[in-house]
Amino acid sequence: MAMYAVTVQPPSDTQQAIVGDFAGNGRQQILTANGSRLAILEVSRIHKGFKQTHVHDVFGIIRQIASFRLAGATKDLIIVSSDSGRIITLEYIPDGEEDLLNGEKKHVVKHFKTIHFETFGKSGVRRVIPGQYLAADPKGRAAMVASVEKNKIVYILNRNAQRDLTISSPLEAHKPQTLVYSVCALDVGYDNPLFAVLEVDFSDADSDPTGRAVEQIEKELVYYELDLGLNHVVRKWSEKVDRTSNILFRVPGGTNGPSGVLCCGEESISYRRIYNHPKDVLRLPIPRRSTAIEDPNRKRCIVSGTMYTLKAGGFFYILQTEDGDVFKITFPAEEDKKTKGVSQIKIQYFDTIPLATSICILRSGFLYCACESGDRLLYELEQLGDDNETAFYSDQYPADPHESYTPAFFHPRPLKNLTAVERIASMNPIMDMQVANLTQEDAPQVYSICGSGAQSTFRTAKHALEVLDLVESQLPQRAVSVWTTKKTVDDNHDSYIVLSLLTHTLVLQIGEDVEEARDSGFLNETVTLGVQQFGEDCLLQIYPKGIRHISPGIDESSHGAVTDWPTPPHRTIVACATNNRQVAIALSSGEIYYFECDSDGALAKADAEVSLNSTVTCLAIADVPHGHRRSGFLAVACDDQTVRIFTLFPDDDGEILKQQSMQALSATPSALCISHMKDRSERGESLYLHVGLSSGVYIRTIMDEDTGSLSETRRRFLGTVPIKFARVVVGDDPAILVLTSRPWLGYTDPYNSTLALTPLNYIPFESAGSFESEQFKGIICVRGEDLRIFTLDNLATNLYQESIQLQHTPRKFAGHPEQPLYYIIESDNNTVSSHDRELLKAEARKVKDEDGDMKPEINGDMTNGNHENEDLSPQQFGYPRARGRWASCIQVVDPVNRKEVIHTTELEENQCAVSLALVSFESRDSETFLAVGVAKDLTFTPYEYANGGILLYRLLNNGQGLEFYHKTDLPAPPLALLGFRGKLAVGVGKDLALYDCGQKSLLRKAQTSGCTATRITGLKTQGSRLIVSDQAQSVTYVVHKDAVHPNRLIPFVDDSVSRWTTCAEMVDYETVAAGDKFGNIWMVRCPAKVSEAADESLDGQHLVQDKPYLGGAPNRLDLIMHYFTNDIPMAVQKTPLIPGGDKVLFWAGLQGTLGAMIPLESRKDFKLFQQLELILRSEDKPLAGRDHLAFRSYYSPVKNVIDGDLVERFLVLNKAKRESVANQLDGSWSVSDVESKIWNMRGLWAF
Amino acid sequence: MADKLRAQQHLEALQARYIGTGHSDTTKFEWTSNIARDSLSSYIGHPPMLQYMSIGLGQPREKVRVQLIDRMIQPVGKPPEVQD
Repeated sequence: MAMYAVTVQPPSDTQQAIVGDFAGNGRQQILTANGSRLAILEVSRIHKGFKQTHVHDVFGIIRQIASFRLAGATKDLIIVSSDSGRIITLEYIPDGEEDLLNGEKKHVVKHFKTIHFETFGKSGVRRVIPGQYLAADPKGRAAMVASVEKNKIVYILNRNAQRDLTISSPLEAHKPQTLVYSVCALDVGYDNPLFAVLEVDFSDADSDPTGRAVEQIEKELVYYELDLGLNHVVRKWSEKVDRTSNILFRVPGGTNGPSGVLCCGEESISYRRIYNHPKDVLRLPIPRRSTAIEDPNRKRCIVSGTMYTLKAGGFFYILQTEDGDVFKITFPAEEDKKTKGVSQIKIQYFDTIPLATSICILRSGFLYCACESGDRLLYELEQLGDDNETAFYSDQYPADPHESYTPAFFHPRPLKNLTAVERIASMNPIMDMQVANLTQEDAPQVYSICGSGAQSTFRTAKHALEVLDLVESQLPQRAVSVWTTKKTVDDNHDSYIVLSLLTHTLVLQIGEDVEEARDSGFLNETVTLGVQQFGEDCLLQIYPKGIRHISPGIDESSHGAVTDWPTPPHRTIVACATNNRQVAIALSSGEIYYFECDSDGALAKADAEVSLNSTVTCLAIADVPHGHRRSGFLAVACDDQTVRIFTLFPDDDGEILKQQSMQALSATPSALCISHMKDRSERGESLYLHVGLSSGVYIRTIMDEDTGSLSETRRRFLGTVPIKFARVVVGDDPAILVLTSRPWLGYTDPYNSTLALTPLNYIPFESAGSFESEQFKGIICVRGEDLRIFTLDNLATNLYQESIQLQHTPRKFAGHPEQPLYYIIESDNNTVSSHDRELLKAEARKVKDEDGDMKPEINGDMTNGNHENEDLSPQQFGYPRARGRWASCIQVVDPVNRKEVIHTTELEENQCAVSLALVSFESRDSETFLAVGVAKDLTFTPYEYANGGILLYRLLNNGQGLEFYHKTDLPAPPLALLGFRGKLAVGVGKDLALYDCGQKSLLRKAQTSGCTATRITGLKTQGSRLIVSDQAQSVTYVVHKDAVHPNRLIPFVDDSVSRWTTCAEMVDYETVAAGDKFGNIWMVRCPAKVSEAADESLDGQHLVQDKPYLGGAPNRLDLIMHYFTNDIPMAVQKTPLIPGGDKVLFWAGLQGTLGAMIPLESRKDFKLFQQLELILRSEDKPLAGRDHLAFRSYYSPVKNVIDGDLVERFLVLNKAKRESVANQLDGSWSVSDVESKIWNMRGLWAF
Repeated sequence: MADKLRAQQHLEALQARYIGTGHSDTTKFEWTSNIARDSLSSYIGHPPMLQYMSIGLGQPREKVRVQLIDRMIQPVGKPPEVQD
């Protein structure tokens, strides 16, 4: 057995984002590192937002990224530090032309080009292997890579005579027993490059048994100078800084500023010049929030920020605290540039935005916030701070934070300097996920709980494109088909909408309003089969009894001569195909007539005609290619389950309508379409023949434009209704709508230019066409008596998301067995609960009232007070924090009908919810209860709690509400609950117990002490078997024996390797798939004999007497699959993903990854993919220099899994490379065979 | 004898270069500190792991990162008294 792992949605968590001109086009882009992917984002004012232009999976853990620009260069280059033990410099090459040596130009597809690839240490994320920190000299002359402890290496970057970038051998600046907190490259102009490092030397603490040395440990700011003349690095200077310092920011130097660093620590931002004198340190406190619910004594830290240099000279900092408050730091004494003296620095409140890992300010006036949790946001800078905002100056505060001073306070307020522009939906972090089909659509939806703190959401995701409705109106009668047409070939906009109703035709004129056209020339008394703008300025209407040709009128409002071409007697037209110059019709008798446009725009019937024995179901002609007189081929579909291609170009004998090829199909074709679509071919576009079958299968084939031969066929089942097509334009590219039981769009993927097929998040409709008026562009469609116009704006993501705001960090959720409802437990650590917030507010009001009584004359105070009582929305400002406090609640969400939270129950007394389960107790007539495990006063490191308990809630009106039933105290928090055979299975610490529902509390019916080694964190069941996940020790299988009293729960098999299980799912009765905290997905299986033996006896007597093996259960599990994902799986589920598809293992990772593990069914496929993987590992080496096999085997060797993400790299290789890879495969595989295999893996199983 | 000395010097050089290379006199304190520091730096270095902890603790990643580095200073408590 082997699995094929594909990523359905890449991780959305951003480790780091930096700004630079990577494309070298004079505009700025954002480079982000998400998981193992590097992505380039472009922000433009025209699009009013983001566009992700390129993304590349480097198959390694990206740790830091930095940009640098060599002197005189026009673009920024990228340095990446990863787990490869190598330093990599990259250049981003955008789409464009490249000059070849022989003067020709070659088309280049955007990519990252590796410039350097220098090994410096072991691979992996290790304590002393540099890579944790990365800093590049602002003049692009050197870069420092440092590890958390001891090692620092510096590379010199330079150019050689050929203007190629060179890199020196590494220069070491190690210092043993030293920890590094932050590294920053100083701006020293063109002096020797200087790096500032925040260090702690712990050597004294390691050898002092009294423990005094630890308290006296000092943090130092150390400058390392790279002497370019001597080619070595020296520790130049160090000074003592505040012990809590955590982050450094560079201050511009040289001619632009005073140079030095901003060193930030707890409630301290200090400016330190190079070779500073201690008395010259300028220090600012970080202002605290002055609201009633905040602890006035809490000190804040700076967690992220950025420097921005103004074009006119001058600079400022935007620094963010842990609350999300952003402050602006400026150096007011900058005029005094000559002496380079800074006499004071200033801090002002700027705005409050969600907590970010990176903040980027773009020169175009945008601020990008890569949030720690939730959607990534883009803001527009309205102004660079308000001068009236209260400012604090460094001369008001002592340089030493331990001296006494009055803390600074500020009022948080809604956004003033920033306006939110756009958000990129991001599921990061996913806390739990479930695939279910609650809406009864054909494909299931992905329900997940995401986010943390106030940014928590419940998200519904489905594989669909987002649709924006523009117009919806009623028609007098049911419409069957819709067309839009221009009047002349040069028109920019459509003039008519033609609707074929059940018995007649309705023509609407598009003007300022859409109204019925009176004198359009169209025949109204019949149904219509086709409408076409023909020749220069004529119109065609094809109806069952003939073709009407409408000449242009003298003015806009009328039409000219109308000519009808009638069909031969007793025959009707059954199918037609048209383009601007050609018409083909099929008659009920089986003949196909062909017409062309003659010189004066009239219809000229060709002498040649085709006569077929079977009925024609549909015809298709492509649009006339630009610069040609006609399109070369006619496709004919017949009810004998074939598609034939006929030529329309006269051959050597001047004959046309020769049958060129024929293709047999599996069912009667119901629709045909030939269209040009953009793709990855040499020309950038190809001709595609789309065939829709009455069985709902869609077939796409490439058609050679010269010979009409068909190749690269892709088939896919899309729905249960016969397929229809509509050619549309989405964005600026041609696309095709495939209409069946739901609408799909076939389009060119904007990232990698491959053809994609995605359903629309829209109702099914019967006919559609593109629509373009002066006001808007879109797609027009009819469904019954409804006429709708909609647009598709975002083709970038094929996962449509809806989110519902939650109160606190969601931890786990459970779905109601019958209703479309979810129960979610939420808790936030170190946060003031809403109950306590109310108390604090009430107290503040009381104090205020008393103050008011004493000093009634101060009017201004009152208004101020009112302002203070204003509720700050937690979504923007977060929750107030308090050490050791928990804010926790249970919420009920209806994601289908009401799409909101319908019930909230807060937990009080510093309890936090840790687990939940829906359980129907047999002893209570199988009534369903919600059981919630709670812990009181829970702390981690060390893991301590006052006690645990289970709260039992009764479900009210079909589960929409909760009523507290009773509480059962437990000695430890129950981290796992599960409804099990009419009872409740509970994991309390190491013990597994079975409870039944009593009047006043739960009653214990069975217990196994020490069931697992550390702590039970999860339970799953099938039959009488329980799968118990342990926090550190993998899974244990337990069998329940109810024939004895008391019942027995007997662990009979466990694992031989410790795995820190986060989630588990029973794949079958013997097998468990699960994920662990280190980012692995694995599958273990119980040996068949052991499994049988466990279920043999009714009382389990022989199991009890089995000898424990090496301190565990008597038997061991076998590992059957192992794979490193670089994201912590939080949920794994065996489920089908697409209608008619088989089951896959679907998993969700903490950082927002959604992935699928597809079981490979045939040995042949497995061998193909295995070979492909092997070849691609060497032919397409991962960008960050990590060995792919080693990466996927990060903790434990990869077993029985093929990395589909690597295999899919094949699709984006250039043609020559693809050929060479395909040639290396055993057993004559052609490139297109391989491609179709790869497509099918995704298409038939996942999306 | 010279061989032994060279081997000794070689070992010492290795120990200085690769932190955590043990020797015959490694104490329990050294060994456990070393393991704890390795673990802590691994938590910091793997972004998903740092995020996991930061969500659990309800604190920003940067704060958790600094706390974990601080713990690396003395991860397993005070060193034992040196016995002669």
